[in-house]
Amino acid sequence: MKKFMTLGAVAAFAMTIASGAAMAAEGTLTIVTSFPKDLTAVFKDAFEKKNPGLTVEVLNKKTSAGIKFIQETTANNTSDLFWASAPDAFEVLKGDGLLAKYTPKAEGIPDKVGAFPINDPDGYYMGFAASGYGIMWNTRYTKAKKLPVAKEWADLKDPIYHGHVGMSSPSRSGTTHLTVETVLQGMGWDAGWAEWKEIAGNFKTVTERSFGVPDGVNSGQFGYGIVIDFFGLSSMGSGFPVDFVYPEVTTLVPANVGIVKGAPNQTAAEEFVEFLLSPEGQELLLDPKIRRLPVNPKTYAKAPEGFPNPFKDKSIGAAVKFDLDLSKNRYNVVNALFDVMVTYRMDDLVAAVKAIQEADAALKGKSNPAAAALVAEARALVAKVPVDEATAGKKEFAAIFKKSRKKASDQVEGRQAEVEQEWDTMVKANYAKAKELAEKAKSML
Amino acid sequence: MSLQLTSVQRGPAVVGLLIALFLIMFLVVPVGQVIFVAFQDPGTGEATIINFVDFFRNSLFRESFFNSFYVAAMSVVVASLIAMPLSYFTTRFNFGGTVLIQTLGIIPLIMPPFVGAVAMQLLFGANGSVNLLLDEYFGFTIPFMEGLNGVIFVESIHYFPFILINLSAALSNIDRSMEESAQNLGASGLRLFRRIVFPLAMPGYVAGAALVFIKVFDDLGTPLLLNVNTMLAPQAYLRVSSIGISDPMGYVISVILVAFSLLSLWVSMRALKGKDYATVQKGGGGLMKRDLRPWEKVGCYAVVVLILVLVLSPHLGLLLLSFGTIWSYAVLPDAYTFEHYITVFSTATQYITNTLLYAGLAALIDVILATAIAYVVWRTDLVGRKWLDYGATAALAVPGVVIGIGYLRTFHSVNVPLIDEPLATWWVIIVIAMTIRRLPYALRSCVAAIQQVSVMLEEAAENLGATKARTVWRIVIPLMSGGILAGFVTSFATAAVELSATIMLVARETDAPLAYGIYEFMQSAAGRGPGAALGVIAVLFVGLGTYASHLIIERGKKAREPKSIVAEET
Repeated sequence: MKKFMTLGAVAAFAMTIASGAAMAAEGTLTIVTSFPKDLTAVFKDAFEKKNPGLTVEVLNKKTSAGIKFIQETTANNTSDLFWASAPDAFEVLKGDGLLAKYTPKAEGIPDKVGAFPINDPDGYYMGFAASGYGIMWNTRYTKAKKLPVAKEWADLKDPIYHGHVGMSSPSRSGTTHLTVETVLQGMGWDAGWAEWKEIAGNFKTVTERSFGVPDGVNSGQFGYGIVIDFFGLSSMGSGFPVDFVYPEVTTLVPANVGIVKGAPNQTAAEEFVEFLLSPEGQELLLDPKIRRLPVNPKTYAKAPEGFPNPFKDKSIGAAVKFDLDLSKNRYNVVNALFDVMVTYRMDDLVAAVKAIQEADAALKGKSNPAAAALVAEARALVAKVPVDEATAGKKEFAAIFKKSRKKASDQVEGRQAEVEQEWDTMVKANYAKAKELAEKAKSML
Repeated sequence: MSLQLTSVQRGPAVVGLLIALFLIMFLVVPVGQVIFVAFQDPGTGEATIINFVDFFRNSLFRESFFNSFYVAAMSVVVASLIAMPLSYFTTRFNFGGTVLIQTLGIIPLIMPPFVGAVAMQLLFGANGSVNLLLDEYFGFTIPFMEGLNGVIFVESIHYFPFILINLSAALSNIDRSMEESAQNLGASGLRLFRRIVFPLAMPGYVAGAALVFIKVFDDLGTPLLLNVNTMLAPQAYLRVSSIGISDPMGYVISVILVAFSLLSLWVSMRALKGKDYATVQKGGGGLMKRDLRPWEKVGCYAVVVLILVLVLSPHLGLLLLSFGTIWSYAVLPDAYTFEHYITVFSTATQYITNTLLYAGLAALIDVILATAIAYVVWRTDLVGRKWLDYGATAALAVPGVVIGIGYLRTFHSVNVPLIDEPLATWWVIIVIAMTIRRLPYALRSCVAAIQQVSVMLEEAAENLGATKARTVWRIVIPLMSGGILAGFVTSFATAAVELSATIMLVARETDAPLAYGIYEFMQSAAGRGPGAALGVIAVLFVGLGTYASHLIIERGKKAREPKSIVAEET
């Protein structure tokens, strides 16, 4: 049976070359994806309609679980395509030699969106949509709590948002990782972390899934969420009372598709990639339940009013020139730092920031240099990062967080748990001290 | 002890060996493959215990350990408070709706944790229905869902059925003559309960409480969805499943979870040791049921209704969500629609049939294995028999994601003959994963049941000439039937909503079970309604199955019961 199908595929392939027309893919196409059913079902239906002999099997897994699945099943691969947002997930697979090279034939797609190349320069994966990061909020919530609209990251530091903000952890969500990294690159290492920690001081929660953030905003558990654009746009499209905005410091990153090496149905996989990039496939992205930014600029002519257009509106994603190599080198270090400083120590951090906010409020309009100095010291303690930028980017240091011993003779110095324990001790002490200083400052006023 | 087996031992020995083989193949080896990492130096790959030293040096982990212990212990207390009145009223008194209450009392188990958390947040969250109403009319809110207390609240509501089911089975197994003797000697009321009824029901209660403790101790879903990170299971999961982090700490925590669960199980066994709970007279078993006076009836119903409303609130939330259009920062949804159900029935019926098949098969295999293990452990003196119990129970403490990864790693190169497909991608592997994950539930019920069956009954049968096999088949298994059914129901209901292991193992959408389908829907803004509708359908199906099995067992009991016993007023 399998052999028969291969034969059919070869015949179909030969026919296409001969006629130059769109070929009809057959058999089964297995796609491993992190995308929600709302997106995959639309493409599955359209692609099956176009290829009557073909069944599309969609395997929905979290990005990390999808990577694990492909890694673990590589000896007897059953997957044809990997389809997900975060470019770094594709980098992992590419690094393991699990993706096949492919050059798409589709026309009209530029090299870059924002400052980011759309396709992998080495040809292992292709961008089919773009995504930026921003802030979404629940309009009922903000009205009830009388909150102003926050449009920039810095706005979220305002004490008025205390306990109203939600975000996922970068170690849990590839897209959140890019958001964190974008601000770190846009503002610099120390200022960037200080910014994140002051925002985190207003957190209501750090969610486990990246979808937990739009879910929390949609249902009104918290008012503001830091999300990738399509979470906000598709929530609006589904009728929730929410709104979304791109802050100035954001980056546009392509969502990707890649053919798995040794795909059982290579022809159908290639066909699907072409379909995604075709004008027809690009237009499907505008569906109100999907709402991703197409990579073909022409498609925007059909977009609804108010739909962001990164090719026309140069302000989206232009402020940061995202450095993918820099991000890759310190990927795990940034995740571990965020978890140690924010996720696992959220209560301590929130208490310290709250104390500083209260001292600030008490200080307003008064002149008390001693108290002001204490508050400044407290703020510096909260902001302090246990690792400087140079160390974080060093290969040997990053290796502690990525045990990629390929051979038994490979050696890596240091253990992640040991390093994290050191960070945790320092961070916890700093937060406690900061809280104490801020409270002391307040009592002086 | 001689290794020579007597002819009586031979049968159980073969059975025991087969089970051991099954456990080694589908639990020890795959999990061992993963846990191996815990004892490996991350830098050099050499065997080491340095990772465990790191664990106990780390203040975050010590804190997590303490939090997990505290939450598990408190959940047992709260779950007992919920379960005890329900099981006592329904087994002790004649009043309508006993079967309904027993069934509704099991419903909380049938809900994937992430779905329950969504519904609970909408009702009890900081801006959920209850708090919005409280805030509007009284100007204050209650943090039901915040921090460790939130976890205890949700866990108790979710897991109290373990105590309810096992305690009810034990209560209805108590020999009526014990109670009568005590009454003849002048005991009544609370004293009767405290000195006779409760001690005799102890095995059932301890079995349930131990399950609750261990389950809460290593439960992932609830703390994760309430975003409480400083507990052991979330720490393990977050570390095992993040991309790129090959940090061994996740595996170390898994090992510690397994070890601690076994320890608490051992403690619960010690607590029962040296006490004999078996009673001889069966058939007319169960507490004397008496009629309630009218005002007592009102009181009982009030308590029962109050408890049921509380424990069924997540389902109420889910029902509203499945019919609601948009529900956002409001006491109730904006409007109602059937659309979500239409979506589900037009696109997602295969999830339902798959789940019934998988969970049914898994629960069936579970009770067969559990009955066999219980018999081998408690009725034979084979060497190492206790290890069967420990081994099967250890599955309780292994995070589902670890089993999933272990199976992929171990069985991907194993081709199934005839269908020519790797075992790891064949749907049967999902059934096996469910079987292994739920075996401990069935086992605890069956062990509690066999502890209540007196050996004397078997000896009597054998003295009358019955063979060992016939004795087991005609005497032991019928007398254990209540416990076996309890085991089947808990295994089936919880396997039906299993996600963490299956999500790793689903290789084709057509093979996917319900929880996977709900998870898939719930990953997008527009999917919340259809996901909830699918959840409601799951609850209905499994609830109906539970109700049906209760009817069957009640009928069986009635058939065996002497007709003339009339409950007296005490």
